[in-house]
Parts: sequence; C-alpha cells; structure tokens
Amino acid sequence: MNDPNMRRALLFHLGVVLLLFVLQFVLPAYHHTNFARIMVLACYAIGYNILVGYTGLMSLGHAMFFAAGLYGAGLTIHYFGLPAPVGFMLGILAGTGLAIAVGLVALRTSGVSFMIVTMMIAQACYLATLYFGSVTRGDEGIVLRPEARRGIFFSLPFDLSNPAIRFNLALILFAVCIFGALALVRSEFGRVLVAVRENEERTRLLGYDTNRYKLLALAASGAMAGAAGAMYVLLFSYFGSTFASIEYSILPLLWVLLGGAGTVVGPFVGTLLMFYIAEFSSEYTSAYKLVVGVVLVLLVLFFPKGIAGSLRERYAPWLP
Amino acid sequence: MSFGPKLFLALMEGTVSAFVLALTALGLSIVFGVMRVVNVAHGEFFMLGAVLAWAFSSLIPDMPAAGFALALAGSPIIVGAIAVSADRLVLRRLNYGPEATIVATIGLLYIIQQIVLMTYGPDARPVQPPINFRIVFPWFGYSGYKLVVVAASAVLLAATWFVMMCTRLGLVMRATQFDRETAQAFGIPVDRVYSLTFALGAALACIAGVLIVPIQQAHYLMGLDPLLLSFIVVIVGGLGSLRGTVVAAFVIGISEGVISVFFSATLAKIIATLFVALVLIFRPAGLFGGKRS
Repeated sequence: MNDPNMRRALLFHLGVVLLLFVLQFVLPAYHHTNFARIMVLACYAIGYNILVGYTGLMSLGHAMFFAAGLYGAGLTIHYFGLPAPVGFMLGILAGTGLAIAVGLVALRTSGVSFMIVTMMIAQACYLATLYFGSVTRGDEGIVLRPEARRGIFFSLPFDLSNPAIRFNLALILFAVCIFGALALVRSEFGRVLVAVRENEERTRLLGYDTNRYKLLALAASGAMAGAAGAMYVLLFSYFGSTFASIEYSILPLLWVLLGGAGTVVGPFVGTLLMFYIAEFSSEYTSAYKLVVGVVLVLLVLFFPKGIAGSLRERYAPWLP
Repeated sequence: MSFGPKLFLALMEGTVSAFVLALTALGLSIVFGVMRVVNVAHGEFFMLGAVLAWAFSSLIPDMPAAGFALALAGSPIIVGAIAVSADRLVLRRLNYGPEATIVATIGLLYIIQQIVLMTYGPDARPVQPPINFRIVFPWFGYSGYKLVVVAASAVLLAATWFVMMCTRLGLVMRATQFDRETAQAFGIPVDRVYSLTFALGAALACIAGVLIVPIQQAHYLMGLDPLLLSFIVVIVGGLGSLRGTVVAAFVIGISEGVISVFFSATLAKIIATLFVALVLIFRPAGLFGGKRS
C-alpha cells in the first residue's frame, strides 16, 4: 500500500467499477442490458488475458471453458432443478476442472502447437455438444424456465430477470474478476507468470517450476471463463452450442488484443468497444464479421499493444 | 445394401475425398513448411475456388465442360493473386511471426468469408459436372465425374511433387525452407519465394475447391471442414513433411469416409480431432513424419 503506483492503480480500477455502478442509474434500458452483458463477457476476456497477456500462452480454444461454465450451470439447473447459486458454483468448478484437465496434457506443447492443440480440443468439445444433442439440444439450445431463475439466497428472495439485480450481479462478478486479476498480477505469482512470458528457460533456470505456474495460470483463466459462462446463463437464461464454437474462442482474443494484452483494464475496454462497434456496424451493413476481420488484421499490423497498452507506454506507466 | 457393397461404396467415397483432401492439405503443408506460417484462412481459399467455379460456369451456362475448364484455369490465378497481395500487405509486414500471422489469417478468414457472403449470398449453389456418365455396378450406380476428380487430383499431386523436387523453383523453395538466411545470402529472393509459396498453397486449395463443387454445392461457409481436416492431416503427417502429408491424407480421408458411412459423422470428427491433439502432444514430429522437424 506504500507503493504510490499500487495506490494509483487501485484507485483507477476502483474508479472504473464505481463509474459502472453509477452508470446503471443513467443508462436507458437497452444499453443497461448491453452493459450487463459486456461486463460478464469482460470477465471472460480478463480470464483469457491472464493466460495470453501475462503468461504468454495463446489459446485458440477458450470457448470450451466458457461453455463448460455455461453448460455446467445451465444443465444442472435445467435438469436437476438446482438453485441458481449452486449451479453457478458448479459452472466455475466445471470451467476450472476442464482447464486443469486440458492443461495437464496440452501444456506439454507451447507456441503454435499449443494454439492448435487447444483449438482441436475445443472443437471436439463443440462437436460433443452437438453429438449429445438429446441432452444439450445442440444449436437450438435451451432457455431456462423463469422459475429456475427465482429463488432465495441467504433468506433474500431474488429474481434474475430483474434488470437491476442483473446489472449488479454482473458488476459484482466484474469487480471480483478485475480486482482478482489486479491482485494476481501484482503478487509474486503474477511476476513469475510475466517471467515465463518473457523467458521461460531463464525462469526455469532460476528454480521456478514453470509447468506448475502455467497450469495454475490456465486454471485461473478457466475459472474466470467458467464463472463468466455460468453467470451468462443465469442472467440471460439461454445456452446453446454456438457458445462453444470456434467463434467464441476468437472473440476474447480480439477483445484482449484490442484493449491491450497484459493490462488489467484492457480486456474490458476491448469488450466494450468491440461490442459497440459490432452494434453500430450492424445498423448499416450485415458485415459484422468483416469488421471483426479488418480490426484483427489492423491490430496485429499497426497496433499490437492495444489501447491500454499504448496508453501505458505513453502516459501511464503505472497501469498494471 | 448388404455389408460388402456398402463397404465398397464407402471405400470409393473415401478415396475421392482423400484425393481432394491431399490436394488441400498439401497446400497448407507447403506454406507451413517453407514459410512456417499456419494459415488459418486456407479453407477460405478452398471455398473461393468453389464459388469462383460457380461464377465461371454461370458465364457459359450452355457448355458445362467449357465453363469448368475456364474455372479450372481462371480460379487459381485469381486466388493466387489474392494470396500474393495478402502476403505482401499483411504477412510480410509481420515478419512472419508465428502468433501474429495466426491472428492475421483469422482476420483474413473473416474478411474473405464476409465478402463472399455479401457478394455471392448465403445460398448453396450447384455446378453442373463437366461430364455426365454413370458407372453401373451390380449394386449401385456411381458418378463418373468422381473418377475425374481422382485422376485430376493425382495428376496435380504428381505435378506438385515434380515442381518441388525436380525444378529450380522447387530447389529454391526447399533451400529457403532449410535455412532462410543462408538462402538469402546466396542471392535467393526470399521475399518473392515466400509470395510464390503462399500463392501456390492457396492455388492448390482453390483447385481442390473447383474439383469438389460439382459433387458438393458452393457455399460461403464450406471452408471450415477442409481447414480442420487439413490441419489434422498436416499434423498427423508431421509438420512440414510433404510425403507425410500425402500419406496421412489417404489414411484419414479413407478412414473418415468409412467411419462416417457406418457411424455418426459427428462422432468420427470428435475422434479425429481428439486424436490429432494427442498426436501433436505426444508425437510432435507426426506419425509418418520421421526425422523431419
């Protein structure tokens, strides 16, 4: 706390969360829902960034962890009638468990091989959601029954279709993720992750078990993706195979690159911007994917550090 | 149909798809081998081939054979030109960094796919086969055109083999693959070799697309399956090994054909993708690749 940079970083992120809290009272209904969605998706991106931005491991299959959270929560709530909070915990558990399982085998590879291995495993997961269509209803998906989203949490009744509850739950998850990420990257653990990104050989030489660190980073990343997926299904009630498809593995990559890989606030900035770019472009053309493609190419060509990364370089070296 | 003829049909279908797959995967393999670039947009070059084949053949609707010949000659040139400009405008500026090029080719995939959707539309459109005869077996009739596909693919595979192994161009490409800097020091225009390699890889996928389109209709999303299958083939065959790629294409193409006749196609794909992930993890040099890294 004595470190002025640390204090500034804390205040900055606290400011972002406060600003979002205040925004719910001024936003019109349509954008209100959008922001809830953006905050949940930003948690997915923050988790992805821990892996790609801080540990230097680029996964092309993160949709499987998001989908694990989505299905882990959605299926148990839909079929076993579990209360929503229990389903949420199961979703996080599913995301984390899958991440550890995948990590145990996939982390034997690195670089391009790691990208392809994760993509292949995620593709197998996606196909599995189609194959077990009698349970998951495949592409068509499942919509949670309204009564499944109502309940009592510590003697407080709640209804997840209420916009205010929805917004604030998304905000709570977002705050937990962003401060979790902040604490993580500022901790000794986070510094080792950055060391792995910069030079794995040397880190190993210094006596760190880099494989264990990479596995833990993947687990943390999977936990956040799972939490985002579980929250998504609770708040927006729909889940289907699309969320497991390769497109949902590319999106967090896009958000993180746009916002700035290796910054805590970057994934949120990227998600917010891309969401509204897609929103505006779809008013004029149907070329949502064209925009995604062009932005991706322009980013890697001219802007590899992303928005928050470039800001940090020029104006705010304290930004974590 | 009883078991024997059904297996026979499955084997024939598998052979056809194996040849087309070998052609597509060979393009991906050459690009990866020489340039060390994982081209995620490779499937879109395949799709462009199919869509361009439709465009060319609809220019001459009365003569399917002439239209098809035109497509076979014209499409690879157009797709090759697109590939060269993608190389010059994007990949070269990224210095062919492995992760940056993957992200850039993902972008390219979306751009090509969406432009085709906006111009060609969301419909699947058929193309007349250039020849019309059926081979009649005692149990079923079989489209003769599929044999043309097999023959044309075989010729092209052999031609690519010849170019890579027996011509000066192939020598220069292999030299660049072996050691880029030394090749440059010996006066090989590495930049031009890279552009040509990328164009050659794209053209192979494009021709595969042209050949397949009379069997399978042209659609803007048709690139994903050949892309994933090509990845599988290139990895199982050993990254950068052309011989391994062709062998793996036959093993996987034929077994996929057989499995999907007898079991669910989705299950076959799940097994194949998991299998390839395991190969990449435990045998990174591929199953047939041998020594080549």
